[in-house]
Amino acid sequence: MMQLRTNQRKRKTIQLAFLCLLLLAAFFLDIALGPVRIPLRSICRIVLSLPGEDSTWQYIVTQIRIPKTFTAVIAGCGLSVSGLQMQTLFRNPLAEPAVLGVTAGASLGVAAVMLAGGSITTLYTIRELGLSGSWLITVAGCTGAAAVMLLVILISRTVRDNIMMLIIGVMVGTVTLSIISIWQYFSDPELIKDYLMWTFGSLGGVTGAQLYILGLAAFVGLVISFLSSKMLDALLLGENYARSMGVTTQRARVIIICSTSLLAGSITAFCGPIGFIGIAVPQMARSLFATSNHRVLIPACCLIGTILMLLCDVIGQLPGSQAALPINIVTALVGAPTVIWMILRKNNLSIFG
Amino acid sequence: MSSRQTLLETKGLEVGYRSRRGKPVTIAGPISATIRSGQLICLLGPNGAGKSTLLRTLAGLQPSLGGAIHIMGDPSSAQRTPAALARKISLVLTDPVRYSNLTAYSLVALGRYPYSGWLGTLKEEDRRIIAWAMEVTGIGSYADRKIGMLSDGESQKVMLARALAQDTPLMMLDEPTAHLDLPSRIRIMQLLHKMARQTQKGILLSTHELDLALQVADELWLLQTGGRLDRGMPEDLVLNGTFESVFDKEGILFDKRTGSFNIHSGHLKKIGLAGKGVATFWTKRALQREGFEVTAAGQAAMDIRVEEGAAPVWLLDSSSGRQTFDSLSGLLDTLRNQFI
Repeated sequence: MMQLRTNQRKRKTIQLAFLCLLLLAAFFLDIALGPVRIPLRSICRIVLSLPGEDSTWQYIVTQIRIPKTFTAVIAGCGLSVSGLQMQTLFRNPLAEPAVLGVTAGASLGVAAVMLAGGSITTLYTIRELGLSGSWLITVAGCTGAAAVMLLVILISRTVRDNIMMLIIGVMVGTVTLSIISIWQYFSDPELIKDYLMWTFGSLGGVTGAQLYILGLAAFVGLVISFLSSKMLDALLLGENYARSMGVTTQRARVIIICSTSLLAGSITAFCGPIGFIGIAVPQMARSLFATSNHRVLIPACCLIGTILMLLCDVIGQLPGSQAALPINIVTALVGAPTVIWMILRKNNLSIFG
Repeated sequence: MSSRQTLLETKGLEVGYRSRRGKPVTIAGPISATIRSGQLICLLGPNGAGKSTLLRTLAGLQPSLGGAIHIMGDPSSAQRTPAALARKISLVLTDPVRYSNLTAYSLVALGRYPYSGWLGTLKEEDRRIIAWAMEVTGIGSYADRKIGMLSDGESQKVMLARALAQDTPLMMLDEPTAHLDLPSRIRIMQLLHKMARQTQKGILLSTHELDLALQVADELWLLQTGGRLDRGMPEDLVLNGTFESVFDKEGILFDKRTGSFNIHSGHLKKIGLAGKGVATFWTKRALQREGFEVTAAGQAAMDIRVEEGAAPVWLLDSSSGRQTFDSLSGLLDTLRNQFI
């Protein structure tokens, strides 16, 4: 027994070291690759801020690629952790921001800002506005996300069944998206184009003040989430047991809504609706770390989510070519088969397996 | 045992739920009852009488419709926050937990929730209590296994250990022995009985195991379909006929002499039985299952005489003479043919 445990611990350490190495490699690869070919040596020198490099390359690396890589890190952490929280709250392995309509809610918030304000407030002009515009879009995204999350939770209180729950989430998401479609239908084609580009998802273009705002929102969301990990553990047994152990379930719901909408809302506002990360990463974290303890799972989701997001971004750059795929397409192409593979491997998706 | 402290007391409690329009629908009540320390109470009653609703209301999981619940003397409802209740009452519910992917150990460790640090860190004291809870429930050997991989009986013991780890003066269990095989049922009941005695906990459990409840309970709460609750010592309730009146309606007959239930099939055919000992006892059971009313020999048209021994022999006396059988199944075959 003891021997078994030491062996397990040794395996865990090796696993963790491997994941950290993978993280470093993916992080560096994401900076190194892009439409403009820059030699590895120069990239190293620029990252270490050594002088004497080409100023165009310097601009590309420090102003475009490094912010983009950090955006990927933030999106990877935030989406995975919000997915994990929703899966625990709804006791459903398929719950994630995109499935239960939270991303759609954020999209509605963003669409409201982009389409309602007329020509002045397209996403790109908002980005030009800097700080205040970024706040506006963050608040809009988070509010939309929170509104949908609240609605789904309100309905879910009368429905106990997991499958029903999912169907309701999907329906709420569909209704939200149709509202956006109606809005689009009556909008200026120029604005629609802007909005469509946004829905493809992009990690690029979040620079300067926006990156700070996104980082701050995600950081607050992650901290709330980590601080509530004890409560999340108790919720694994369902609301009745959680209550009997001293969890005030109403407050627990509010806390989870806050942190999930902060994470999913802000990331969706800046990067567009990115799916599958929230569903695939918590599953991977559970099976790799063989635990349900949220104190371990939240950092694990951050680690695996970051790696997966960076790798998706690297794949999306289509290394060796000038073109790049939108991130939303890549996560779907990578994420959907991953989920199918996990189901087949287990032969069932036994809620938290 | 005179120092038994009152842990929970209800006065005129009404339990039920509110309909969609907010109208209260009372299922049971008014109930005035107490739970004292060191007491094992079994809550019995037909399906739908409101056993679970009563338990959930007492445990604070759902609001009462009227009356009062005093837990360990607290006069105000302000003290009934989940955090305060969690140190007074621990629960074993019928809610599914298999899907939580927790190991048996981490599930039991969750019992320390009301006491552990803000991130759920366990102190030496917590670990000691977890180890104790796992030892008394006998689940130490599968501490590292996932709850979903355990059998129903094993996982029920894990849930019991979790409640014990919560270390509360009151414990409430909703059908803890459902879906278990007979040995597991008996073991869990024995364990709860022992816990009540040794740790002076007040334990309230709902069950359908009438026989077991009669044997282990210090007190029975009989909840009838109309919502009336009768309570008392098992033996008192049997002797004054309350026990019979609650359960006698559904085609079962409670036998006061043996303390067991017989299935009655409507038209009873009388048969006499003579003999003393083990074989006679089992013969009686078999005859009752077949729908005979068993009387003393000489009072019916037919008599069975059991000759006890290493290989018992059955003698059947009827109008057609005497027949001898060396097995019960042979005897019953003949009886069936004669009565068709």
